[in-house]
Formats: sequence, C-alpha cells, structure tokens
Amino acid sequence: MSTFPLAIPRPVHPTGIWNWITTIDHKKIGILYGVTAFILFITGGIEATLMRIQLSGPELDIVSAAVYNQLFTMHGTTMIFLAIMPMGAAFFNFLIPLQIGARDVAFPRLNAFSYWTFLAGAIMLKLSWIGGATDAGWFGYAPLTSIDQNPGKGIDFWIISLQVLGIASLAAAFNFIVTIINMRAPGMTMMRMPLFTWMSFLTAILLVLAFPVITVALIELTFDRYFAFNFFNVAQGGSVVLWQHLFWVFGHPEVYILILPAMGIVSEVIPVFSKKPLFGYTTVVLAGAIIAFMGWMVWSHHMFTVGLGPVANAVFTITTMLIAVPTGIKVFNWMGTVWGGSLRLNTPMVFSLGFIAMFLIGGISGVMHAVSASDAQQQDTYFIPAHIHYVLFGGAIMALMSGVYFWFPKFSGKMFNEKQGQLHFWLMMIGQNLSFFPMHFVGLDGMPRRIYTYVDGMGWELWNGVSTFGVFILIAGFLVFIYNMVNSWKNGEPAPGDPWDARTLEWSIPSPPPEYNFKEIPVVRSLDDWWATKQGDPHREVPASGGSGGYEEEGGHGIHLPQPSYWPLVVSLGVFIAAYGVVFNDLIVPWAIAIIGTFIGFVGVYAWSLEPVNDPDEDSGH
Amino acid sequence: MAQEHTAPVHGEHEETYTGLNHRKMLMWAFLGSDCMFFGSLIATYLVYKGKSLSGAMPMDVFDIPVTSVSTFVLLMSSMSMVLAYAALTRGNIKAFRIWMVSTAIMGATFIGFQVYEFSSFANYHVHFECAEIAEDIAQDKHVKPGDEHFFNKECLDENGVVKNDHHVDADYGLKPQTNLFGTTFFTLTGFHGAHVTLGVVWLLSIFFLSFKRGVVTPEKNLDVDLAALYWHFVDVVWIVIFTVVYLFGVFPGY
Repeated sequence: MSTFPLAIPRPVHPTGIWNWITTIDHKKIGILYGVTAFILFITGGIEATLMRIQLSGPELDIVSAAVYNQLFTMHGTTMIFLAIMPMGAAFFNFLIPLQIGARDVAFPRLNAFSYWTFLAGAIMLKLSWIGGATDAGWFGYAPLTSIDQNPGKGIDFWIISLQVLGIASLAAAFNFIVTIINMRAPGMTMMRMPLFTWMSFLTAILLVLAFPVITVALIELTFDRYFAFNFFNVAQGGSVVLWQHLFWVFGHPEVYILILPAMGIVSEVIPVFSKKPLFGYTTVVLAGAIIAFMGWMVWSHHMFTVGLGPVANAVFTITTMLIAVPTGIKVFNWMGTVWGGSLRLNTPMVFSLGFIAMFLIGGISGVMHAVSASDAQQQDTYFIPAHIHYVLFGGAIMALMSGVYFWFPKFSGKMFNEKQGQLHFWLMMIGQNLSFFPMHFVGLDGMPRRIYTYVDGMGWELWNGVSTFGVFILIAGFLVFIYNMVNSWKNGEPAPGDPWDARTLEWSIPSPPPEYNFKEIPVVRSLDDWWATKQGDPHREVPASGGSGGYEEEGGHGIHLPQPSYWPLVVSLGVFIAAYGVVFNDLIVPWAIAIIGTFIGFVGVYAWSLEPVNDPDEDSGH
Repeated sequence: MAQEHTAPVHGEHEETYTGLNHRKMLMWAFLGSDCMFFGSLIATYLVYKGKSLSGAMPMDVFDIPVTSVSTFVLLMSSMSMVLAYAALTRGNIKAFRIWMVSTAIMGATFIGFQVYEFSSFANYHVHFECAEIAEDIAQDKHVKPGDEHFFNKECLDENGVVKNDHHVDADYGLKPQTNLFGTTFFTLTGFHGAHVTLGVVWLLSIFFLSFKRGVVTPEKNLDVDLAALYWHFVDVVWIVIFTVVYLFGVFPGY
C-alpha cells in the first residue's frame, strides 16, 4: 500500500497491552503518566522513609553515610523530576483538551513520545541504584560532580537521565503550548479559559525557556567528566559558581513549574465546592503570569551565602519578597471565593483548603529566608527542608491529591469512597505536620541538613523522633489512598458525567469521556460555560445538539481520530539505548551503543514523519 | 502511492483557533527554546572570556578573513533557501531542487570550513623572528599573546637582550582541554556546527523526497517552510557568534 520502505501501516484497533503501548489518546497517556508518576512517588517516599529512620535517633547506623548521600540526592531528584512534574503532566494530558473543548492535543504522537521518553529517563535514573546512585545532591554542585571527586557512574546516570527527562518535558511543553493556543473551541477566548489550563500554559512556557539552561549546564558537566574540558575546573580558572548560576536560573523557574499546576487545580476545585465563580478570575490569571515572569528574577536567593556581594544579595532579597505578592494575591482570591460560598466539604475541597493552609506556612518561611541576612543563618539547616516540604508536599502534593479526587470520577467513570478520602486527608494533614513542622525547630536550633547522623545531647532527639513518627502516619494515609483508588476503580459506583455540579467543559461529557471527547465541538459563550449552560442563561442560545441540556451525545460515528502509532515508542527506545550508550561508552566498541541508539532514533523520526496520518482504508470500516 | 489518498496531515489544513498552523507554531516555540540554549552557551563563553590562565587566545588563532568567507557562504545559503521556498510556492519544482541542493551545499561548505578551522586551531604553531617582535614591541604595536609569551620565553638571553638571529617555531595548539577559551569556544561553535549539520541532513532529505511524486508540492510547502525557519535561525545565531566570539575576540581591548 505504500512505496515508502518505512511507511508500514499503523496499528489497527490494537487490544490489550498493545492498545496502551501504541496509544496516542491523550486520556490514556494522561492515565499512564499518573500511574507511573505515583509509582515513582512511592519509590521517592521509600527513600525518604529510610532517611527518617536513620535520623530517628542520634548516632544510628541503619544506613551508611555514603548510602545516606545517595538517598537524599535520589529523593530530591525523584520527587521533583519523576513524581511532581509528571503528575502535573498527567493532569495536563487528561484535562487540557477536555477543558478547551478539543478532541485531542495538537500532536498526539509527540505526546506518546513524551511519555515513553519520560519513562526511559525514569527507569534509567532509578536503576542507577544498582552500582551506586548519584550522591551530589539534586542540585549537583560543582566540584562535587567532577570526575576526580566522584569517579563513579552514579553522576553519569544522573546527568544523562536528566537530559532524557528534559527531552520528554520539552516535547510535552511544545505540544501543550500549541494545543492551548490553537485548539480551543470556538468562543473559548484566552480569558475564558479554565484556570487550570491557564496555569498549565504558563508552566509550559516556563518549561520551554528553563530546560535549555539545565541542558547546557549538564552538557558542560558531561564534557568536563568525559573529555576533560575545563568548564568547572578551578585549576584552569573555571568557576564553580557558574554551575550554581546555570542550575538555579533553571532551578527557580522549575519551582514554579511544580507549583503553578497545583495552583491551577485548587483554582478549579474551590469554586465548584463553594458554588461560586472564582473570585477575581482576571487577577488570578495575571498573578500567575507575574509569578511566571518574576520567577526568572530571583534565582540568586539560592546563593545568598556564596558571596556575590551586598548589591546582588540586596537585589535578590527585594525581588524574592516581591514575588510573594502575586502569590499572596492568589491566596486572597481563593479565600474570597470560599467566603460566603455554599460550601461542600467533599474530599477534593478539604484537600484544596489544606493546600492553602500548608502552602501559606511554606510561603511565610520562604519570605523569612528571602531576607539574605536571615538566610545566612538558615542556609543548609533543617529550616530549608521544612520550607521546601511545606511548599512542595503541603503545597504541590496536597493540590495534586485534590485534583486526583476531583477528577477521579471523570477519568475512571467511578465514584471513590468519600469516607476513605476524608481519612486519607486527615492522616496526611497530621502526618505532614508532624513530619515537617519540627524541622523548623531543629533547623533554627542549628541542625545541618544532609548529615547522616548527629551526636546525642544536641537537643534534636525529640523532634527528629517526632518527624520520623509522622512519616508512618503519612504512609498509612497513602495506603488508604491506594486502597481507595484501586477498589473504587474496580467496584465503585458508576459516576455521572457531572457528579460535583461543576463549571468547566470536561464535566459536560460522560464519565469516562468517549474516545472522541466531544461529539460536537462546543461553542463557548462565557467563562465557566458549562455552569452557565446548566443555569439556562436566557441570554444564551441553547446549543443545537440538545442531549441532556449540554454537549454530550451518544454515538460518534464518522469522527475522525488519529490512529495509534508505533513510532513514538521506537524513537523513545532509540533515546533510551543512546542514553545508556553514553553512560557505558567504553563498553565493547567505544560509543557503539550510543551510535546504534541514535540510529534507531533517526529511523524512528523518518518513519514517523512519513507515516500516513490516517489510514484511508480504516475510515470506511470504522 | 500512499500519500495520494492520505488524509491531510493532522493540523496542516485544519482550522485552528488562531488560524496559525500547529506545526509552524511548534517550530517557533522550539526556536524560542533554542534561543535559551545558545544564550546559555554564549553566556558561558562571555563569563570565561579573558579568564584563561594559559595557552592560545582568540588573538592567536583566529583568522578573520577565512571565517568571513565561511560566514558569507552561510549567509548566502539563507538567500538560496528563500529562493527555494519561493520556487516551490510558484510550482517550479526544478528551480526548487536546484536552490534546495545549493543551500545544502553551502551549509556543507560552512561545515567544511569549520572542520578546517578546528584542525588548524588544534595544530596552531607560533613562528616569528625575534627581531620582528622586538621591533613591534618597541613601536608599541599590538603583539599576539602567544607571540609575546614565546618572545619572553625564548628570545631574551640571560642579560635580557634580544637574540636577533633567533627564530621561534613552537607548537601552540588550541584544544578544548587547553584552557577556558578552548573549552567554551569549541563547545559553542561545535553545537552551532551540529545544528547546521542537522539542517543539511533535513534539507537533503526534502531534496531527495522531492523526486517522489506528490511528497513535495506547492500545497505542502509548509514542510519546506519549517526547514527554512530553522535554517534562518541557525544562520542568525551564527551572526551573533561571529560578532561576539570572532570580531570581539581580535579587537584589541576586548
């Protein structure tokens, strides 16, 4: 059927595992992302638990100092790159097309490629535990990562897997930028977009601009390690501070990459359960945009004790305090939405309210170390882990859990168990505050972070013990969560299309959504269009499609959907092999494996671009 | 032939909210990202400019006339790229092929210059007559750092008097490992060269595909448009590199 050697037919209605492997349906990819990220979240949690057990009392010897270094490095890297970011990506994938009234993302195959490449990077990083993982901290400061100081393969695995994950994130970010700009339903102006879509859009822009910086930093480090370049070689005049600048120019926008989707989720959940429109929609959007912009101006607050001088420290103190302002505006907007609302304290809502409280505590300690003089006391003490866990666990994870419960009926088609959800919430609230609040105390008392033990009699025993105890409550909470999710997905009550009486377009279609999402592309006439439709706004025309007062309709014959494809997986496989080939470049024939992987990737790219987009024979028989 | 009854490329003829094409928007987003990529490499170069502790400096190895020629070739390739796109849009496939292959050839020529340049830098030799350099110093003329280094090392006898009949010929090659200049220079220009190489492969792929019926047509000129956008971008990046690295590198006082 084709004269192209590489244009083999696309898979036709694959079943079972091949259905998932070749899928380019954004909803399935979203579920793949979510499940994978949660499994990786558990691995990062196990690493954290081991550290907490080691620190539960003074002078314990449960793990060695060397293993402890690997634990904190892998814990940080895992939670940031393999758990929170891909959980955000899971929501982007599943929700954005539904929220903007589209049938898929702009580049469905690129989307599949993003997932498989992410998986490749994740596998590579986690398997580096075999033979010794990276131990230079998630920030990998030079010269801790130099070949002289750290000759093992752990750092190489860390560098190369972060590059692979970067490719995945960039591909996803390009995809979502184009999807959001170009695939909105008629009438869905930018200022009618749901808040989650808005925050995802800003996140994607940050990804596109921030990831190349870490890519360059990692390339420079790779060249130093593999070919004896001099980027961070002090003996040749190289500067280790350059690494810090490059890393944090990426690293600080990265913080907002983690938190903006969380803010988007909360901005969706709170109006629904308050039965009010979001208070100050425009302000929340603009505050998000200002955060995304100002996120580039604060990176040196990670480097207050490096010695950049009083002018730099003063400037970055001021910009860091300023960026708290748009964040505070958002908090007030959420509170303004709750105020006077008709509240329903369902599980998603309590998680979102919990997010506001926890994120606020993290925000306040953040402003405390925005003051460079004060930060000089806090730098490298447990006060900083206390802060980061309040913003990333109390903040990002709480919001993501809120999102999982909120949209669980939509992606599974089942209702979850509300009582177990509430139990999960309380276990998590108690557990995280027991775990992380004492870190403020021991931190201000001078306990350094990243130490594997401490001597008796420092006065840190009690609070470290409490922290460790809190972890087990968190574990109990997540066990309840896993049971609830698995059991509800199997045996839960079928969910209606709109179980929460919600506001945005994804609730106008059945749960779970049909493969084509919308039988008819909706025409959007206002913000929170589905809500307005349900209220029967007399100034609005009722969409002609009828149905149950909205957009849903049975059937879906003749809707043209892109076919599944093998090639995204092949290209990802090429990336995976090439990445391993770079790490083991001296195996058998030097660089041979890397070249083979690159070749497979190239063949995949050619086949991908020459692949018939829709198999014409398939259309008639659909 | 599959492509004749293939449905439109996803997004290519589809109506989009903004009326802009998906793939074109993706390309612009990618170029924005690539700006940050080269921005970081150029920033690294500038941070380390003049910080090398030893070894060859820009003043020693750069040969501006040679690099000007390769720069001119690359700039002209952008023009032939425009002509190729225009020819395709007019439906003149033969002219399209000619301009396409000339663009690729000029790109390859640029790469050839770069390979020559890299190897000549790596094998750079300092050679001069001591008397000449002594005269230049006496007249307060600008002396290459490498020449000065070897002049001080080899041309003066124990009394500090210039050995007038002495000829210096020393190996002073610049490799990435030599100093910070070598490290940053080869990385920055090397990644630019990799971008050009990828561009040549892309252009040649389109060129060869144009011999298949119905693959490269005026209606599908977007495929060429995207390659052209990329090509012009890589060209613009070179203008920045040529100015910041080469011209500022030999300008005394920088």
